[in-house]
Amino acid sequence: MAIEAPGPLGQRIKRVEDPKFITGKGRYLDDIQLQGMVHLAILRSPYAHANIRSIDTSRAKEMPGVIAVFTGEDIPYNPLPFAWPAGGSAGLQNNVNMPNVLAKDSVKWTGEGVAAVVADTPGHAQDALEVIDVDYEPLPAVVDVEKAMEPGAPQLHENAPNNIVFEWSVGDKDGTDQAFANAEVTVRQRIVNHRLIPNAMEARGDIGWYNPGTDEYTVWMSSQTPHIQRLLLTAFVTGIPEHKVRTISPDVGGAFGSKIFCYADMALVMFASKQIGGLPVKWVEGRRENYQATIHGRDHVTYLEIAGKRDGEVTGLRVKTYANLGGRLSTIGPGIPTTLYGRVLSGCYKIPNVYCEVTGVYTNTTFVDAYRGAGRPEATYVVERAMDLFANEIGMDRAAIRRRNFIPPDAFPYDNPSGLLTASGGAKLYVDSGNYEPALNKALVAVGYDQIEAKKAEAKSRGKLLGIGLSTYIEVCGVAPSKWIGAVGEGWGAAMWESANIRVHLTGKTVVTMGTQSHGQGHETTYAQIISQELGIPMEDIVVQHSDTQGTPFGYGTYGSRTSNVGSTAAIKAAGKIRDKARRYAAHMLEASPDDIEVVGSEYRVKGSPDQKKTLQEIAFALDLAFDAPEGMEPYLDETAYHDTPNCTFPFGTHIAVVEIDEETGKVDLVRYLAVDDVGKKINPMIVDGQLHGGIAQGVGQALWEQAVYSDDGQLLSGSMLDYALPRASWFPNIELDETVTPSPVNPIGVKGVGEAGAIASTAAVANAVNDALGPLGIKHLDMPYTSQSVWAAIQAAKGGQA
Amino acid sequence: MAEHISLTVNGSPRELDVEPRRLLVQAIREDFGLTGTHVGCDTSQCGACTVHLDGKAVKSCTVLAVQADGSDVTTIEALAQDGQLHPIQNAFWEKHGLQCGFCTPGMIMAAADLLERDDDPTDAEIRHAIEGNFCRCTGYQNIVAAIREAAAVMREGSSAPTPVA
Amino acid sequence: MIPAEFSYVRPTSVEEAAQAAGQPGAKVIAGGQSLLPLMKLRLARPSTIVDIGRIPGLSGTRYLPDGGVEMGALTTYAQVIAETQLEWTREALSNVGDVQVRNRGTLGGSIAHADPASDAPAIALALDYSAVLRSPRGERVVPLDGFFTGPFTTTAADDEILVALRRPPLPDGVGGAYEKLAQPASGYAMVGVAVVLGRSGATISHARVALTGVGEHPYRAKAVEDALVGSDGSAGAIVAAAAHATDGVTVNSDIHANAAYRSAMAVVHTRRAIETALGRSA
Repeated sequence: MAIEAPGPLGQRIKRVEDPKFITGKGRYLDDIQLQGMVHLAILRSPYAHANIRSIDTSRAKEMPGVIAVFTGEDIPYNPLPFAWPAGGSAGLQNNVNMPNVLAKDSVKWTGEGVAAVVADTPGHAQDALEVIDVDYEPLPAVVDVEKAMEPGAPQLHENAPNNIVFEWSVGDKDGTDQAFANAEVTVRQRIVNHRLIPNAMEARGDIGWYNPGTDEYTVWMSSQTPHIQRLLLTAFVTGIPEHKVRTISPDVGGAFGSKIFCYADMALVMFASKQIGGLPVKWVEGRRENYQATIHGRDHVTYLEIAGKRDGEVTGLRVKTYANLGGRLSTIGPGIPTTLYGRVLSGCYKIPNVYCEVTGVYTNTTFVDAYRGAGRPEATYVVERAMDLFANEIGMDRAAIRRRNFIPPDAFPYDNPSGLLTASGGAKLYVDSGNYEPALNKALVAVGYDQIEAKKAEAKSRGKLLGIGLSTYIEVCGVAPSKWIGAVGEGWGAAMWESANIRVHLTGKTVVTMGTQSHGQGHETTYAQIISQELGIPMEDIVVQHSDTQGTPFGYGTYGSRTSNVGSTAAIKAAGKIRDKARRYAAHMLEASPDDIEVVGSEYRVKGSPDQKKTLQEIAFALDLAFDAPEGMEPYLDETAYHDTPNCTFPFGTHIAVVEIDEETGKVDLVRYLAVDDVGKKINPMIVDGQLHGGIAQGVGQALWEQAVYSDDGQLLSGSMLDYALPRASWFPNIELDETVTPSPVNPIGVKGVGEAGAIASTAAVANAVNDALGPLGIKHLDMPYTSQSVWAAIQAAKGGQA
Repeated sequence: MAEHISLTVNGSPRELDVEPRRLLVQAIREDFGLTGTHVGCDTSQCGACTVHLDGKAVKSCTVLAVQADGSDVTTIEALAQDGQLHPIQNAFWEKHGLQCGFCTPGMIMAAADLLERDDDPTDAEIRHAIEGNFCRCTGYQNIVAAIREAAAVMREGSSAPTPVA
Repeated sequence: MIPAEFSYVRPTSVEEAAQAAGQPGAKVIAGGQSLLPLMKLRLARPSTIVDIGRIPGLSGTRYLPDGGVEMGALTTYAQVIAETQLEWTREALSNVGDVQVRNRGTLGGSIAHADPASDAPAIALALDYSAVLRSPRGERVVPLDGFFTGPFTTTAADDEILVALRRPPLPDGVGGAYEKLAQPASGYAMVGVAVVLGRSGATISHARVALTGVGEHPYRAKAVEDALVGSDGSAGAIVAAAAHATDGVTVNSDIHANAAYRSAMAVVHTRRAIETALGRSA
């Protein structure tokens, strides 16, 4: 950065986007009312697996208010695009089956869309769905990832024998086998990372509007990636030229990954609007519909093996994972359990030999894709459980074994010895920075780790089993160098750079447009802090805009905790270009050499003559008018920058959960939660804390309460908020946060990213705590979620075993 | 058959013909254009639609518009008075009690109901009082802090009102 | 989200309401906190909604000359919480649903709806409440013990309007308790146990034990009551009595609690509720 003057960067600044939200003036998708707008509803399959013999829509067309009824046969579009195969450039076979906009011949999960009604009101549309007659031929279904691969299992797709999507591996197989052969101790455990439903509080929705006068489409969507969706919907799904479509994300009510993807409804509202002559068509997802039609997360069965020495040195980690991807694939489904999982399996440990195999599997369930953390919580769960299992096996303290195996602080940038972060073509990522022990030590002191045995005894006297769990996680974020992403073969050549445009207008007021997308992260504040710091423009003179392809530069959107690394750096680069041009023009105005202009805040001064100066506002005024621009200098202070990050960033920290289990009922209470996170430098610590709180709550939610449950025949039993337990306020203690600060060398601010850290760390912390509490009963490992029934059953089984 | 109803919405008398099946939340959002009241579920769980009906917090997705005939409805849009934010709104802003903002109006209306009944709630009482309101972003922590802060400000009387915009 | 179409009537008297409720496809609504969610999912599709919410005189607590209590059917949870003199019912009802539901949901609605996992029926059973039903044929008072016959079904006829809940005075010095293991998503009881106990000297002389969430309807666990009455209330006696919590009951099973777990929890929570109630008795 050019300036180190005090400024808004790093300050706890109230969010500029909040006034609209706290007064009810946010504008979410369903708040948009357009002239002549009509409503679309989607009929969804009640069967998990069936052939469609025929669909009779004649009665529906006669229902009150109905304007049109569509089935898959009416829609000439391609299936949804597939954008991230497992290890594509490595030549791995991906047996791809993508959803159609509406199912044509068969349905592969309960909730797959089969027909759509457009009507004057949502109620009439829903009424008409009830009289569409679909003749289904029900087929046997399979929902369990391991059963789906068994001989004789129902087969979902002709091109996917044994329901296998792909078989992928990463790491050093021979070295790892050798490490296990030579190990003093090995531990093996089957662990399940169960399926979750993301549950953004705003479900999804779209409005499609076709303008027959211009042959152009506008699509409003509750999406994290409006630019990508325009590309995918035009180039891959509809065939409509890209420049004929404008996509807009209005205020988005949370996403957590579930709104990254290309969904059938987006194309459907475009199609419907054109078919009915250009009336805007709105589709808004109901919550139960959301549970079936928007992606799910996680759902792995893993066989982990860990090898090492009795002194605590871990020498090998061997993992076989079966990833349930659903009935058809979501946009980047196979990328999550491969690149974002297998490549980070060794966590913060210098495990010399790691090998991971992943098999992606079809089942008759909703498709699975990125949910907050996306692969990394699953990896953290594996390695953090593995460390505890190994420590327990050799009788070593769980903090000590972590310390023993941490990557040492002098080893950064760290090149994973098993090649986990090396692409098939040789392109590498490095763990950018780290210093793991101080965070661990801080957390241990805060929780009173040395008095835990006394606390356990005290709890026991109250009929409670107390457990403490550590999670010394790392996260990969700031995705990603485009070269690396290209080299690991993820898809059709997706890049992952970001973009920023800054325009300093005549009045000095400044408009910043970004390619990223904000859905709760407070970008309108944090980018303004950065630009204000960089250019000395008061924050109130800056507006940050995003999420409209008409007014913002192309960008890849917000997910994978990428914005603070990649987006912020693009903003800083654009600010640098503004500053350079302003300096050149100031030199012209002040009749000095650009090299003699020093920049202090918004002032451009002649070195040694501080009275000789121009403010950025004065420069903008003059340059935007350009009455006196020097030869060769373009008018206007308007600069765009694109940034491709040289590396990812790797936040880390130690999270500690303390739980108490009611021995009689199995009910688990989270009684304390501490997190010491190192996310590098912070743009706005208040927002960072908020991201951590929310991520931790979601991760705790997975460990203790949340679970998507299917019946054997593929009915979603946890099909509404009445059966899917979303965390409530009273279930949490006050979360205690602390920090260490190891700046990332990857970007000029030294930030790393924080959107997913909480969710990545906390699930494993709670899992380790519950297993610690159950350990004295002889229980080595219990799978999540730790519902009272599940914990009670484990306690009963253990006690029965002792008797 | 449409039913004719009269109600007071944010202090203004309103008349409306509604289908019996029309939910109060639909009337608020679509007929009165007050889109600050949100819909986050279809099972009366999430609380995003919380408004005050005759002074008490209710889930407007679980009240028929006809049932509200003759009643007084207050939504998030009427919480700020005379161009000044309500202390609860201000506290949510100050304490970063919101991220995506979707649950926020319902959460604030639930908080207002609590502070009407209890001007000095404990954290546990605050958490209990927002049991019917889901937030997926904040982990509730800063929401609790905001309500605690608002209670303190309201007890002491706000000395420095914050303009709405 | 949007209910199927129906017609709507808002009677101004119980007689009018009973008349309307007797028509085929009619359904009575009070606060609507149980019925409307089902209608929004189109799991309930009444052709007519009979809104009794405005009928005067059906709300609030009345103390009867004999020391008994009558609560109007339209009394909301919030009102009961504000008005009740029984601290344990205040505490128990404060954990029903959430504040929005308690502001709108009515006690009568909960009893008439007869959800097998609702809290209020168990509490009312333990307090010996009866349902006061009025129809074109007149009024009858039906003890809740026996009123619930299955999930969402009672002995009330379609044209009988529940107007009040009434109970006799409680024996002197009784203590009460409600112990609940909530289904985490819905908040309904996987197991809910209400206990009212009285003693004379060291001997338990009065016992009402009612469970919800366990069987196909809320019920009195009479085997537990019989085992308690006449006992000394010792730890051993309580454990022995609680063991009968599900005697004769077909125990529910779902994804949150299978029959084995629910049965075990019925026993645990029965024991805990007995212990607490006994501690509160004088």
